[in-house]
Amino acid sequence: MSLRNEEAYLARHRNRRHLEQAIVLWVLRAAALISILTTIGIVAVLVSQSIGFFQEEICVLNEGEPIKPCEPGVNGTLTRVGIFDFLTGTNWSPLFKPYREVGLSFGVLPLVAGTFLVAAVAGIVSLGLGIGAAVFLSEYAPDRVRTIIKPILEVLAGIPTVVYGYFALLTIGPALRFVIGDDNLGTFSALSAGLVMGIMIMPMVTTLSEDAMISVPRSLRDAAYALGATRFEVATKVVVPAALSGIVSSFILAVSRAVGETMIVYLAAGGRPNLTFNPLEAVQAMTAFIVNVALGDTPHGEIEYYTIFVVGLLLFLITLVMNILGRWVVQRFRQQYE
Amino acid sequence: MAFQSQSSARKTYRLARDNVFAALFTSSVIIGVLVLAWLLIEVFMDSIGWLDWQFLSSYSSRHPDQAGILAPIAGTFWVIILTAVMTVPVGIATAVYLEEFAPNNRITRLIQLNISNLAGVPSVVYGLLGLAIFVQYLFDGQRSLLAGALTLSLLVMPIVIIASQEAIRAVPPSYRDAAYAMGATRWQVVKMVVLPQAIPSIMSGIILAMSRAIGETAPILVVSSLVFITYVPTSPFDRFTVLPLQIVTWVSQPQDDFRHIAAAAIVILLVMLLTMNAAAIYIRAKFQRRAEY
Repeated sequence: MSLRNEEAYLARHRNRRHLEQAIVLWVLRAAALISILTTIGIVAVLVSQSIGFFQEEICVLNEGEPIKPCEPGVNGTLTRVGIFDFLTGTNWSPLFKPYREVGLSFGVLPLVAGTFLVAAVAGIVSLGLGIGAAVFLSEYAPDRVRTIIKPILEVLAGIPTVVYGYFALLTIGPALRFVIGDDNLGTFSALSAGLVMGIMIMPMVTTLSEDAMISVPRSLRDAAYALGATRFEVATKVVVPAALSGIVSSFILAVSRAVGETMIVYLAAGGRPNLTFNPLEAVQAMTAFIVNVALGDTPHGEIEYYTIFVVGLLLFLITLVMNILGRWVVQRFRQQYE
Repeated sequence: MAFQSQSSARKTYRLARDNVFAALFTSSVIIGVLVLAWLLIEVFMDSIGWLDWQFLSSYSSRHPDQAGILAPIAGTFWVIILTAVMTVPVGIATAVYLEEFAPNNRITRLIQLNISNLAGVPSVVYGLLGLAIFVQYLFDGQRSLLAGALTLSLLVMPIVIIASQEAIRAVPPSYRDAAYAMGATRWQVVKMVVLPQAIPSIMSGIILAMSRAIGETAPILVVSSLVFITYVPTSPFDRFTVLPLQIVTWVSQPQDDFRHIAAAAIVILLVMLLTMNAAAIYIRAKFQRRAEY
């Protein structure tokens, strides 16, 4: 091959390689775009269907009318659900027609309260157990115990939520009724759902808190030990304060998980909206309501169909705020050590 | 306070408190482990006597003693394969783009932030997305395997991307430099150096993501609804059910016998998850041993 031919060959080859790279780059960019499109899709679907919810005209019975199918102009009036009524109303029963008063059928507070009641029980359980376990793993356990215990706790996080639903409804529920009496606790309760959910999110609190505790420098502990502190004093007066931002963040993220969790509350917490702060009662969570309606054959394009999206939007916003808050706490309050 | 003046009573108290709390911290770990054991034993005991060949090879039935999980097992395999086919190329491509090609600018940071936010979106919200976009819009109200798999694909995408990114980041920069020094283009470096090194780790991340997808219930419930299916789906456009949905159906039944077949189905589900997790751990361990020298 002459020198000139060889140069031409190399140039051709180089062009081909660069063309290939240019094509690949566009393909990769398109792939990365999908994750952006997913977010846009979620927001667009939730917002557009929620607008549908607030624009849908529903027939509400006039005052004093007997409960009969509602006809506009005859015994009822067409009206829309206001955002304020939706956010502050204390009764949620959008599936029962005819509607008597907007705030009496489309007030989302019972679902929000149900969600947070279960999440509060779960939060207390996971905070107590999770931080206890994290302190044990980072301050007390020898390395060998740590490498055995950590994967076992991780298994708890890997068990499908439907299995926890089964456990809450058929094992923990009956066990609780056995302890505190059948009269005090029904088949469904926020307590049994919350306890099991607390166990489920405990590994998350443990792992994230332990990461924060492990990164507290050895020298701080040694200084405290040199002053004669006990392990408990080192843990509570040195390590936990230094790792506090990580611990708080792990707790917020875990509660956010609990708020978004579906199958445990669907199977074990109950199916009737109930505005209460008593964990012994049955409540319906936002996620459980969504699944409940999606399972029925609600026709597309009616207000019942829109309700799941407006509740979904509220759920999305609540968890988004909590996730951002959880990350912000770490960034804002993290102790930096040299 | 002089150092010696601490009373011995105070010292005894401090030591006692130390021991009490050592026991408390230890017991929170033990409680976690015991609950796990309780759950597994409960499921296993409930399933005894119900988990047999007839159970694996029959369709669902209104009579618990004749019911089986052939349709949900077939549906689960369908969904997982479809989900993997759609998620893996896109997930790896996104990770390669972010780690090897993307400029360090605001858009890249936005994509990265967006991915970690997506990982925190409740799974039932993905179900709503799937219901509105895939079922209602794309397939005109038809609930199908493909709609379910597309939904799950979007759900586990962030997990696949994040795992792949970590795998790619773990490839030593010196390997890349060596290839660049020989005149390779960026894409050649990725194709011939980075990906071959990172693939075992990526694989293990993908398997873990798929095991998450197998256990996901809420989004599939919203997209597919509970249906009584007595056939093995033969095309991606068929209606379907998966193991978690079958478990939900049976757990919700009041009769005691359904509790036992629910437990039997859970055992099958857990065995599938265990197998996949073991595979992921095996692949990772094998890879780590190779990378040591």
